[in-house]
Amino acid sequence: MRKSSIFLWSITVEALLLAVFLAHAVFSTGAQQANLEEKAALVRKLKLTDLCLFTEARYTRHLSQADLNTAFQDHPLSLEHFPSGSFTLPPERLTRRP
Amino acid sequence: MIELVNVKKVFNAGNPSEFSALNSVNLHIGENKVTVLRGPSGSGKTTLLSIIGCMSRPTAGRVRLGGREISSLPERFLTDIRRKTFGFIFQQPNLIKGISVLENVMLPAYPLGEPRSRLREKAMQGLAELNISTKAASKVEWLSGGEAQRASIVRALINKPTIIIADEPTAHLDTKLSQRFMEIIEKFKAEGKTVIITSHDPLVCDSKMVDRVINLRDGRIEGEPS
Amino acid sequence: MRAWVEKQRYIIDFTLSSLIRRKVKNFGLLALYTLIVFILASAMFFTYSIKREASLILKGSPEIVVQRIKAGRHDLFPVRYLETLRKIRGVAAVEGRLWGYYYDGLAGANYTLLSPPTQQEAAEPAKPSAKTAVVEDEETEHHGVDASKPLFEHQGTALEPGTLIIGNGIARIRNIAKGEFMPFRAFDGTILNFRIAGTLSSQSELVSSDLMLIAEEDFRKLFGIESDYVTDVTVVVDNPSEIDTVASKITKLLPDARPIVRDEILRTYDSIFNWRGGMMIVIFSAAVLAFVIFAWDKASGLSAGERREIGILKAVGWETSDVIQMKFWEGAMISLTAFLTGVILAYIHVFFTGSLVFEPALKGWSNLYPHFALTPFINAEQLITLFFLTVVPYTVATIVPTWRAATIDPDSAMRHTGE
Repeated sequence: MRKSSIFLWSITVEALLLAVFLAHAVFSTGAQQANLEEKAALVRKLKLTDLCLFTEARYTRHLSQADLNTAFQDHPLSLEHFPSGSFTLPPERLTRRP
Repeated sequence: MIELVNVKKVFNAGNPSEFSALNSVNLHIGENKVTVLRGPSGSGKTTLLSIIGCMSRPTAGRVRLGGREISSLPERFLTDIRRKTFGFIFQQPNLIKGISVLENVMLPAYPLGEPRSRLREKAMQGLAELNISTKAASKVEWLSGGEAQRASIVRALINKPTIIIADEPTAHLDTKLSQRFMEIIEKFKAEGKTVIITSHDPLVCDSKMVDRVINLRDGRIEGEPS
Repeated sequence: MRAWVEKQRYIIDFTLSSLIRRKVKNFGLLALYTLIVFILASAMFFTYSIKREASLILKGSPEIVVQRIKAGRHDLFPVRYLETLRKIRGVAAVEGRLWGYYYDGLAGANYTLLSPPTQQEAAEPAKPSAKTAVVEDEETEHHGVDASKPLFEHQGTALEPGTLIIGNGIARIRNIAKGEFMPFRAFDGTILNFRIAGTLSSQSELVSSDLMLIAEEDFRKLFGIESDYVTDVTVVVDNPSEIDTVASKITKLLPDARPIVRDEILRTYDSIFNWRGGMMIVIFSAAVLAFVIFAWDKASGLSAGERREIGILKAVGWETSDVIQMKFWEGAMISLTAFLTGVILAYIHVFFTGSLVFEPALKGWSNLYPHFALTPFINAEQLITLFFLTVVPYTVATIVPTWRAATIDPDSAMRHTGE
């Protein structure tokens, strides 16, 4: 097959595939509603305040409930301590200047 | 057919290295004739050839092609005329490495955008006429000197030009290949094409199919009033 | 029109031939480029999806959570304070929460133990599946929310003392299931054995993976917390616009209390994985630097071979614009392919394999990491930005240095293209 045809075909195929994925995304967000509802319901029921993402320590597990300065307790800005510290910022209220 | 009136070409104008390659050249090239421009290096042959072939513009003077003035045309039109009218054969084959002979031969026609099947056919025909169609798919690195020359000639002909221009075509060829080359020139003449060659090879200049030999020295045609 | 299309195809043919000549170099370049796009796009997809999910799921978190601070640390909340809170105007309900952390030495993981609240919200949606959590038996492991399945009621009836309902993550790392027993070490050293009454669904792992629901009396027995204390308190405020007012009243009435409003909870998760911080900025900077290096390499000029080639093209009749178009395709082909391939792979990576490559970083040092399938929320803006960042600089960088070489007049090209 001619070289330019190979290139143009593969780009077209990839673009189509991407379009399919984007359609999948749109479709899934609709289809996943039940799943999202379930989680939201659990949050409401159990009065949860955080996602269960980082279970290494108290303040990484419950980011929104964390403390800024507690004697002998690290706080979320200690980046080197846990990797998750480098993904998260402390809650705004802690860093807001009065 | 091609007329040059008072053509001058100056390089590096304004600099200390400024020099005049051509001084007041008046020339008339006849149609369907084989014309040879002869002269030592530095005489301005290549410069003259490139002006005739629309590859550069004169600093002063006029160039007419088929009665039409072309020296003041913008680049786009000049390129168009060059593409359609002239075919160039260089000293070195100057083929692009790493791609096939066929692709090399079709290259000059790419910007014109004609359908590929037709172009391919034309190319294969051209290769057949010069007996190298078997090498169509080969990479240019694998061609012999003569084959490469012939491939570059086919390339020069792909757009069916009416005027062939060759710059020292036999400079890197042995006697046998040079003779073969002149045979090809004869064929061109028979097909009604106009041929302009620069050379100081006696084999070319003294060939019987050459209609006119113009001697150049120091940017002037010998025998012309200065 | 036809001729123009054909011309572009010819130019692409030629450009591809040129690229294939240096197979290893160009393939390596393409692979690296794709990798960078892959990492960037994966990070984009992952972070945006999580943030969207968080904002949707955590909408139902308590309006106000009140903590007690003693000597700068979290302390237990006295039950008698609840009355003070109830008296505040605008407060619909106040309830104590019992929750805490238990470190399991065997698995090396932290669990969050929670005694389910007894009070319900003022307004609940009428959908049956939204009311309660779904418990999965070990026999039936399918992932649908089926309204007819045995529902878990934690209105004070089903969670019996001596039993636990555990999150799916705990079941996974302890390899434990319904009906089995799990020993705990209480505050005074005694061993308490609890029976697993059920597990929370695997779909809800994002919020429940490390949860353990425990009866109130068991909680107090385990952690030695007297009945006149709770961990903290949730306050229900009917009118959303009054939340901040109530919060400031709480601070005035109880000086050692610290209220946290729902808005702050949501904003915490809005700023998670923020591009401006930590590891994200490292990824981003590295990617931008890589793009710059690629572009620099192209923009820093043509090799002698490339220049020769352009000379030949001009000598055989190509115009300056034809040469520029060729260079455009050279840049565009590589960057476009890299972009499409990278984004497609990133999509598969994040939404079908659960971000396998990022897992070690996200998991960090925790032993318990939730398995969750993210809902694919896509931010078109980010995707478009990535496209422009990927394709435009590189293509431009490929064209720019060619400009000078492409404008060479054929005469000079003809003279200089010899050996």
